Amino acid sequence: MTEMRMRDAIRDAMREEMLRDDRVFLMGEDIGAYGGSYACTRGLLDEFGPERVRDTPISESGIVGAGVGAALAGLVPMVEIMTINFSLVALDQIVNNASKLHYMTSGQVNVPLVLRMASGAGSQLGATHSHSLEGMFAHFPGLTVVCPAFPGDAKGLLKRAFREPNPVVFIEHTALYGVRGEVPEDPEHLVEFGEAAVLRSGKDVTLVGYSGSVHQCTRAADILAAEHGLAAEVIDLRTLRPLDMSTVIKSVQQTNRAVVVEDDWKFGGFAGEISAQIMELAFDWLDAPVARVAGKDVPMPYNRNLEYAALPSEEDVVEAVLGML
Amino acid sequence: MGQGIPEIAGKSLNGDLQQQFLYEMLLIRRFEEKCAEMYSLGKIRGFLHLYTGEEACAVGAINALRDDDKIVTHYRDHGHALARGIDANRIMAELFARVDGTNKGRGGSMHIFDVDSNFLGGYAIVAGHMPIATGLGLAAQFTQKDWATLCIFGDGGVGEGEFHEALNLAAIWKLPVVWFCENNGYGMGVPFDDSLANDVYKIAAAYQIPSVRIDGMDVLEVYSATQLALAHCREGNGPYFIEALTYRYRGHSMADPELYRTKEEVESFRQKDAIQRLRNSMMAGGLLDESGYNALVDRVESEVDEAVAFADASPEPGLHTLYDHVTKEREESS
Repeated sequence: MTEMRMRDAIRDAMREEMLRDDRVFLMGEDIGAYGGSYACTRGLLDEFGPERVRDTPISESGIVGAGVGAALAGLVPMVEIMTINFSLVALDQIVNNASKLHYMTSGQVNVPLVLRMASGAGSQLGATHSHSLEGMFAHFPGLTVVCPAFPGDAKGLLKRAFREPNPVVFIEHTALYGVRGEVPEDPEHLVEFGEAAVLRSGKDVTLVGYSGSVHQCTRAADILAAEHGLAAEVIDLRTLRPLDMSTVIKSVQQTNRAVVVEDDWKFGGFAGEISAQIMELAFDWLDAPVARVAGKDVPMPYNRNLEYAALPSEEDVVEAVLGML
Repeated sequence: MGQGIPEIAGKSLNGDLQQQFLYEMLLIRRFEEKCAEMYSLGKIRGFLHLYTGEEACAVGAINALRDDDKIVTHYRDHGHALARGIDANRIMAELFARVDGTNKGRGGSMHIFDVDSNFLGGYAIVAGHMPIATGLGLAAQFTQKDWATLCIFGDGGVGEGEFHEALNLAAIWKLPVVWFCENNGYGMGVPFDDSLANDVYKIAAAYQIPSVRIDGMDVLEVYSATQLALAHCREGNGPYFIEALTYRYRGHSMADPELYRTKEEVESFRQKDAIQRLRNSMMAGGLLDESGYNALVDRVESEVDEAVAFADASPEPGLHTLYDHVTKEREESS
C-alpha cells in the first residue's frame, strides 16, 4: 500500500493500463502538455507520446464519437471530458451510440470505451459548471456508471473499466482529487463493479452515499456517534450501474432505517431509485420512511452562501436521522 | 475482419463491371419497391425510408471499396447494405423483424448492421455517425493500416454540429475517411438552399479537405470519384469529400405526403434516371442487349421475391431474448 491523492491514483491506473495494453490510448481537451484540467494526465504525454495521449479540440461530441468509432475498430480509448457539464453536448454519442450498439446489433460489436469526467459543485462555478449527473447516466441501460470516493477504489475501478467490453462512465468528484488514501501497488488489483463497500458498521441507521456524498455520510456518522450516541452504518455504493442493492438491504434489515445522500437534485434523482428499491425489497423491516438528503431543486447559484444552502451537508444528514427515530 | 484485397487498380470500367453495377441498381430499386408493398401490408413496421432514385450513389461508391474498408451510413440504408453484398434475404428479414435478419430483429430499417461485411451500421440520428467515422479513421491510422472508411450522409446532416466536429477532427489529424454526401435536395421536406449558407462541397473545402461535387445519378462518375478519393486516403493525405447530387423519387419516409415539391419536379429527375442512363449507354456501346437487360430484371425480381419468402418464413425473436446483449459478457482473460 502507498498513500497517495485521488488524482495520482487515477493517473497511475491509466499509466499501468497503457503499459499493459497497447490498444489503450487517451484523448481529451488539454490532457497533453497541460496535463489535464485536474492534472490527472500530467506526465503521460512525455511517457507515451502524442499518438497515445492525444490533445483534442473542444469538440465533446466529436471526440466521444471518435472514441466509439475507435472502440468499434478494436482499440480501447479513454476519452476525458473536462467536466461532466460538457458531457451534455456529447449525449447523442453516449446515449444513442455507445450505450446501444451492442444491443441494436444483437451482439455483433461492443464498445470498450472509458469516459472520464469530473463532477460536483462547491467551488462557486455557477449553474452551468456544478452538475452532478451520475444518476442521469445510471438511467441508461448499456452504460456502466462508476463513482469512487477514495483513491484506492478509484485506481482499482478505473483499471477494471479499461478491461471492460462495455462503455464505462467514470465520474470523479472535483472536491476529492486532493483526498489522500491507501492505494494497493499490485498492478492486478482491480475493484469489481456492483460491489458496495461497508465503510463502518452500525445498528441504528444505514447511511447510503456515492462519490462526494460518502464523505458527508462518514462525517455525519461521526457526529451521530459523538453527540447522540448512535451507531450509523455507512455504505459507499462505488458503482451506480451495476448497483449492489443486496449490501444495502442486508444493512437495512439490521438497522431498520435508511438515509440516502447525494449532491444531485432530489426530484427524480438516484436517491429516489435507492429509496424505492429499499421499499420494494425490505418494506417489512423499515421502522421509518427512507429519507433522502439531496441537492435543492434549483440551478446552482454563484453566491457562496446560496450555493452552500443548495447542497446537502452532514448536518442535514444528522437532522434526517434524528427525525426518523 | 477481412484482409486487404489490393485490386482496385485492376478494376476497370469494363463491361462486366458495368453489368454488375446495373444489376445492383436494379436490385436496389426492386427491393425498395417491394419494401413499400410490404409496408402497406403491415409486414414492415416503424419508419421506412426508401432509396429509389439514389441507387447510383450506393453502387458507385461502395463498389470502389476494398473488403476491409469500413462503411457507416445514415438511416436510408438498404441500398448501401445491398451494394455491400449483404444478402437481400437477411436485409428483408431484418425489416420483417425476424431472427434471420442482419440484426436478428433488434435493429430495423434504419439500423442495418453486418460486421462481417465491415458494414458498421445505419444510424438514425442525423450526422450522429460522422464522429464514429472519424474514430474508425483514427483506428486505421493508429494501427498503421491502409483501410479507409466511407461515411455516407445526407445534405440534411450538414447543418448538424457533429458534421463540423467530425470533419475538423479528420482534417487536423489527416484521417483516411471519405466523406460522401448524398445531396438529394431536401432535408426531409426543406430544400437545402433554405438550410445551408453555402454549397455543401464548399463548406467541406473550408476544412482544407479536397472536395468535389459530382453527378450522383451517374454511377460511373460516382465510382471513379470514389476511387480517386480512396487512393488519396490510402496515401496518407487525409480525408476527401464528395458531394453527389442525387434525388429520391419517393417521399422522405412512408409517412411523407410530399407537400413541398411538385410531380413535375420528380418527373424531371426521373428523366435523368441512373439505371436508364447506364442501360442506354451500355446498349449504345454494345455491352448489353434487350434480352440481357430483361434477364437482369427477371433475376432481381426473383431474388426480391425470394427475400420476401425467406423473411416471412423466419421466426420472430423469442421473448426470452429481451435482455440479451444489453451489455457484453466479459471474456475469461479480462
